[in-house]
Amino acid sequence: MSRRGRLFVFVAGALGISALFVWGFSGLPDFGVQPSVYGEQLSERAVDERHATNVVAATTFDYRGLDTMIEEFILFSAVIGILLLLRAQRDEEEDAPHDMAESRRPLPTSDAVRVFGLGLIGPTILFGTYVVAHGHLTPGGGFQGGVVLASGLLLVYLAGEFLSFERLAPEKLMEATEAVAAWTYVAVGLAGLVAGGLFLTNFLPLGRIGDVFSAGMIPLINVAVALEVAAAFVLLSDEFLEQAVLVRKRDRS
Amino acid sequence: MTVLPYVVAAWLFLIGLYGIVTSRNLIHLVTCLAVTQSSTYLLLLAIGYQEDATAPIFGDIPMDAEVVDPVVQAMTLTDGVVSVTVSALLLALAVQTHKRAGTLDPNALRALRG
Amino acid sequence: MTELPALAVAVPLAGAAALVGGTLLKRRRLIDAVAVAVAAGVTVICALLLVESTRGPIVYWFGGWEPDNGLALGISFAIDPIGAGLALLAAGLATAALVFSWRYFDAIGGLYHVLLLVFLAGMVGFTLTGDLFNMFVFFELMGVSAFALTGYKVEESEPLQGALNFGVTNVIGAFLILTGLALLYGRTGVLNLAQLGAALQGTEADGLVVVAFVLLVAGFFIKSAMVPFHFWLADAYAVAPAPVCVLLSAVMSELGIYAIARVYWSVFEGALGGQAPGIRVVIVGIGVVTALIAAVMCFLQRRLKRILAFATMSHAGLFVVGVGLLTPAGLGGTAVYVVADALVKATLFLAIGILLHRYGSGDEYHLHGRGRELPWAGLLFVIGGLGLAGLPPLGTSLGKSLIQQEAALLGYSWMPAVFMVASAVTGAAVLRAAGRIFLGRGTRDDSVRTEDEDEETETSGGEGRTPLVMVVPAALFALLSFAPGLIPAFEHSTTEAAHRFQDRQAYQSAVLQGVSPPLPALVEQSSSPLKGLVSGVVSGVLAIGLALAALSWGRLPLALRRAASPLARVLSGLRNLHSGHIGDYVAWLTAGLAALGGMFALALR
Repeated sequence: MSRRGRLFVFVAGALGISALFVWGFSGLPDFGVQPSVYGEQLSERAVDERHATNVVAATTFDYRGLDTMIEEFILFSAVIGILLLLRAQRDEEEDAPHDMAESRRPLPTSDAVRVFGLGLIGPTILFGTYVVAHGHLTPGGGFQGGVVLASGLLLVYLAGEFLSFERLAPEKLMEATEAVAAWTYVAVGLAGLVAGGLFLTNFLPLGRIGDVFSAGMIPLINVAVALEVAAAFVLLSDEFLEQAVLVRKRDRS
Repeated sequence: MTVLPYVVAAWLFLIGLYGIVTSRNLIHLVTCLAVTQSSTYLLLLAIGYQEDATAPIFGDIPMDAEVVDPVVQAMTLTDGVVSVTVSALLLALAVQTHKRAGTLDPNALRALRG
Repeated sequence: MTELPALAVAVPLAGAAALVGGTLLKRRRLIDAVAVAVAAGVTVICALLLVESTRGPIVYWFGGWEPDNGLALGISFAIDPIGAGLALLAAGLATAALVFSWRYFDAIGGLYHVLLLVFLAGMVGFTLTGDLFNMFVFFELMGVSAFALTGYKVEESEPLQGALNFGVTNVIGAFLILTGLALLYGRTGVLNLAQLGAALQGTEADGLVVVAFVLLVAGFFIKSAMVPFHFWLADAYAVAPAPVCVLLSAVMSELGIYAIARVYWSVFEGALGGQAPGIRVVIVGIGVVTALIAAVMCFLQRRLKRILAFATMSHAGLFVVGVGLLTPAGLGGTAVYVVADALVKATLFLAIGILLHRYGSGDEYHLHGRGRELPWAGLLFVIGGLGLAGLPPLGTSLGKSLIQQEAALLGYSWMPAVFMVASAVTGAAVLRAAGRIFLGRGTRDDSVRTEDEDEETETSGGEGRTPLVMVVPAALFALLSFAPGLIPAFEHSTTEAAHRFQDRQAYQSAVLQGVSPPLPALVEQSSSPLKGLVSGVVSGVLAIGLALAALSWGRLPLALRRAASPLARVLSGLRNLHSGHIGDYVAWLTAGLAALGGMFALALR
């Protein structure tokens, strides 16, 4: 289709969809008024039943734990898919990709960026660990904490040390971590079976409300998810950076 | 009653699709897809919102406090992770397309026809 | 035994994660063996589930979160024979695809196997789940792994574009599903399918319910590639590796249709059931249009995988007609047809894989006459082509005739003609290609030979002999495709399964109260096998005739060819719409959603 034809078809469709949305959304309850039956029920019982003060965490990792397990595998398979899609091709090995802008020199990293970046790594990792470990108590959890942990490692790159970044987080190790973390979630589910319940039934003591070691299997799953997310994000960044940094890496080595 | 969140959700949905339809660059196209997806976050969170209620985290609020819906938050979290992963996967396809076809412009990609 | 529902998903996922270890070790044969073993294990689990589900629905609450006072707290699998049957189909085909891949690819590591197992887990979970949001999550799992598998051949530009078009359109489909889900959640505050059905039961079907229905149907129509949401399918299926195509074509497209049936009967029927005739007109209409357009497009192709891609789409249109009749007999007939057609398409895709493996090409002109040395592969093609056409005693003829009979009862007396045209034309396209490749009939068309000489190199090509692990699965499917028509119990049990699939009250009480009412006695319907036999033979003969006419086109009378020239202009216009341009596809998707909404609004006023 020509640009104009495409736009015409789209605009006609968009007008129709707008009408559809108005018709459908007008049937929703007034904004900010009616709580949902399901959500209300979980808010009422999660603290008693799960000893988790963060009801979102109890919902995500316990009541609706299967969703989250599958979600973890979506992340897992996307990373595997990207490894598959970005695998080095025969012709790339023979004929190394060349820098499209040869005149562009890598900017030297200033000492301020380097010192500040490297200095932030420790606190970032510490903070990430805190976010993961308290996921069942306060806002946070494996997904959020995992991203913080991954950004701790990425600071190494941002501080201008791509090679150290690759050394610190080698691809094979990250791949293995990712697989083990994904596998752990399934193993937690199976442990529920072994303990006599159904798949993903809690098998750990619930502990005292508010403790770091409480809420049964939720902290364990949080750790697995955090590893999965951190490894996945590091792998993704590494894979995409490789596409751009390959040339310079060769130059330096 | 306010309808603004729903209007914004519908707007994000359509403007994201507009971006995809008119895009001349696959990277831009994938970003537009993320815009469309953000419409679903907004819609879900708006539906779970409750006036004068706080976050469903009972660390230091009384047990009978009014809280917003935790289920939509869990769903949005899932949705967000899905968005990141799908974007990453499609960007990987875009990177490879650029290597093979030498362009990111959908108008110039004409390998599949008829 | 009670843990089977969870294992059906946990086993392939655990297997996939464990296989990453295998990829690090780089032991290809070990990876192959483990992957095949896992898929075979899932097949056994699904078979056991199918057997058990015929005794009554299986409900499995993950984490042991049983409903409290009829309110679902967790996520349930709710398994009936139709869901379990589809899961079994997916697992069986995945096993065969992995066996076939053993020798098909030379230089792949284990990443392919990991993704294939994840894809299988996604399909199995999607068919078994009883929760709408969980359905969305499995939909995405299936999608992400399928996009990556489609783009597998990254050394070429076509697979990448095919995967991109596939990814972008299907992700938009997922957004539509999520938006529809959000509307339903806003109204009812629940996510379990049975509970949604209970909440909507007897309520007035206002705008919100209708729009939610439209969004869900449109999202699933994208997956099952109904016109005008269909453009991505041919691009994706024409470029994905042949063993992956088996799963995409024989199961994934059908899952979109399954999902429409599932949400209609479990969720919406209580509110919209009173207006079933209006819904029927819209859904059947879309199915008919898709079946015919795709059949025409199918006949215009010369690349084998693209022929089959459009055949898949055309037959999916026929399935949508069957489901869209909104009756037990329609759904039961569709179930028979889906299984039989899946076996036929699997045979054909594997046969194409064999040709690609041997000659490095999947173009009927390039392969002109080269198949003479492989008469048995020609036989696979002929069985496949006649299977698509629905010639008795192949199972497809039974499925087709069941749907036709039911359609005629509901007043669509012209429906047999649609079925005949769609199945004969798609069958003819395959038979024509077979005639050209294996008998050396028809023209060679050297003009375009060099242009895309080196396309389709997913496998090394130029192999002197075809390994047994590739022949056996294909031959097995060819044999099995006779089975549905020859086992009388098959028709009976699918009809029974369809009756129970549509029993909303029984579904609700099984899921929410944990009580299964006794199965209602089934009224034996008198089907006239003779009628189906006749129409099956006619479309088989029609397919052969069309194929012969196409092969001897140059020798047909000039007047006839002249008369066809205005038609050629229409056809080239139709082909140009399939532009491979993602912007076009999304524009059509937008317009299609609006049109679907408009049609349902009129039908459900």
